[in-house]
Amino acid sequence: MIRLQQIQRVFQVGEEEVHALRDVDFGADKGEYIAIMGPSGSGKSTLLNILGLLDRPDDGTYELDGIMTTDLNDKEQANVRRHKIGFVFQFFHLVPRLTAEQNVELPLVLAGVDRAERKKRVVETLEAFGIGDRVKHRPDQLSGGQRQRVAIARATIMKPTVILADEHTGNLDRSSGNDVVEILEGLNNQGITLIMVTHDPELGKRARRRIKMVDGRIEEDKKNNQA
Amino acid sequence: MQTSDIAAFSIQAATASRGRTILTLLAMAIGVSSVILLISLGDSGRRYVMDQFASLGTNLLIVIPGRSETTGGPPPLLGETPRDLTLDDAIALKQSTAIRRVAPIIAGSAPISFKQLEREMIVLGSSADLFEARRLTMGQGSFLPPGDLDRGGNFCVIGSKGKTELFGNNQALGKWLRIGDRRFRVIGVLADTGVSLGEDLGEVVIIPVATAQSLFNRVSLFRIVVEAVNEDAVGRAKKAILSIIKARHEGEDDITVITQDAVLATFDKIFRTLTLTVGGIAAISLVVAGIMIMNIMLVAISNRRSEIGLLKALGAARSQIMGLFLTESALLSTAGAFFGFILAFSAMKLLAGFFPEYNLALVPWSPFIASGLALGTGIIFGVFPARRAAMLEPALSLSRR
Ligand SMILES: Nc1ncnc2c1ncn2[C@@H]1O[C@H](COP(=O)(O)OP(=O)(O)OP(=O)(O)O)[C@@H](O)[C@H]1O
Ligand SMILES: [Mg+2]
Repeated sequence: MIRLQQIQRVFQVGEEEVHALRDVDFGADKGEYIAIMGPSGSGKSTLLNILGLLDRPDDGTYELDGIMTTDLNDKEQANVRRHKIGFVFQFFHLVPRLTAEQNVELPLVLAGVDRAERKKRVVETLEAFGIGDRVKHRPDQLSGGQRQRVAIARATIMKPTVILADEHTGNLDRSSGNDVVEILEGLNNQGITLIMVTHDPELGKRARRRIKMVDGRIEEDKKNNQA
Repeated sequence: MQTSDIAAFSIQAATASRGRTILTLLAMAIGVSSVILLISLGDSGRRYVMDQFASLGTNLLIVIPGRSETTGGPPPLLGETPRDLTLDDAIALKQSTAIRRVAPIIAGSAPISFKQLEREMIVLGSSADLFEARRLTMGQGSFLPPGDLDRGGNFCVIGSKGKTELFGNNQALGKWLRIGDRRFRVIGVLADTGVSLGEDLGEVVIIPVATAQSLFNRVSLFRIVVEAVNEDAVGRAKKAILSIIKARHEGEDDITVITQDAVLATFDKIFRTLTLTVGGIAAISLVVAGIMIMNIMLVAISNRRSEIGLLKALGAARSQIMGLFLTESALLSTAGAFFGFILAFSAMKLLAGFFPEYNLALVPWSPFIASGLALGTGIIFGVFPARRAAMLEPALSLSRR
């Protein structure tokens, strides 16, 4: 379902060229649970951004669900992001002036879904993530764990095929971090592909497949059979 | 995205930062209201002058000695007057069937006194025809009696202000006043009609033209006011005047005939140009407002970088981001223009209360000016920031908080 071939990503920093990704080949099937690990600066976030079409590789091809995304224009890429990809960020990235409900509704608003249909889906989703009693609260009135749940609700409301999470527990304490991971694993059990970047070895162990990156390359790619 | 959602999103974004929104609205409101106000004041002035002219009567022609090259324009400031206009010229004009009234005018200033009070006033020598031609109204008594133009008389008609200055609240009719060293009996007082086109007839004394000739020791006329039989006859009257005077002046075209519509057209043009110029100067304040909008949008965009990255991550294309931010600046400027319109409207109401005689009002198309200016400013100065937002790299704008 995901197929990266010969991906290169080079950043120009002043005079220097930083190779964030070098010749990365990577594939993933539907429903996989993958943890990307590795030292800081090894290119994990860059890889995730390319998978999420937030960044374009300088070279190489990326196929998602049979679509050659590297050939698409901005509008078509936006459309793929809208319908196939859900993001969960370390810093939540909730819009501060909007309520929990409105934040979750945002992807539907951008997609032009009808108001009535939107309300129904938002209420269902918020209930499912256990924040049905916080719909009118703004982000600054929510705890970190609650915020991340709102963010996950927002990432899943368009029913994406893949969820990309970048250090999504990095700003949470262990117990709310675990809650959030369990929610994501629950979604993975329903068939959504889950790819997460983490520094936490405990979390890494829970994934069925672990990838280790070093200096812009995939150094290790292990399947974990017991999980 | 549905239109109502775009509007709701932009309104929410604009009202989230109250300070910047209020400042922008203020700048925009001031710009728009000054444009509307100045244009409207100019237009009210134009209408006032036009009305004043119209109230003089549109059948009027004015004959001035001296030839002006620009036919129909105002008389030349300098230039020789080769041949004087005489009383006989004026009398000769009555031959034409296109002409109903002829009022010769001699003007000069002289000390007017009653008992120990003395005032310097304008003395007009004219005839009974002036009354109808200039649509004058009497306060008391009667105007100069009709009769032969070369017959003088020691009686006068006085303006209402001059009457008050010399006589106070006392009866003036029948009293004798002094003009220079001659004595005149007051037979009428003009009604107080206020200032009409800078010609203040309040402080004027009108005497028979022949008497004025001997008073000022001058035979040449200052001008001749001619009234055509009706509006359609004005052209014929003008031709008749030119040919009659030419015949009397040995074949020389040495007079200028001014018609009302020529003067009206000139004034109209002057006022329109003036109004547009002043409006254009006021539009500079709109550029300032526009730059404020641009600046404020740029600040907003740098504050909302991560939000823009997020919108992209959630599936917004560049064009959609651009649309959202353009809507925001257009909304700001439209709301500002709306307040500007209200401001201009109230200011005009207030001014109209202070100066009722000028009939001040906003020009009828001012709502269109306001909305046009608003959208123009909002969009012109909104495009650059909106493009900036649309081009932000999502990965980069999401990477830091
Ligand atoms: N926009 C950018 N401009 C310049 N260099 C960049 C940019 N983004 C990433 N890099 C560089 O690319 C390399 C990989 O960065 P990346 O963010 O992918 O690392 P990471 O593995 O996610 O690290 P961390 O664990 O600290 O998040 C780093 O050397 C980084 O400095
Ligand atoms: Mg990273």
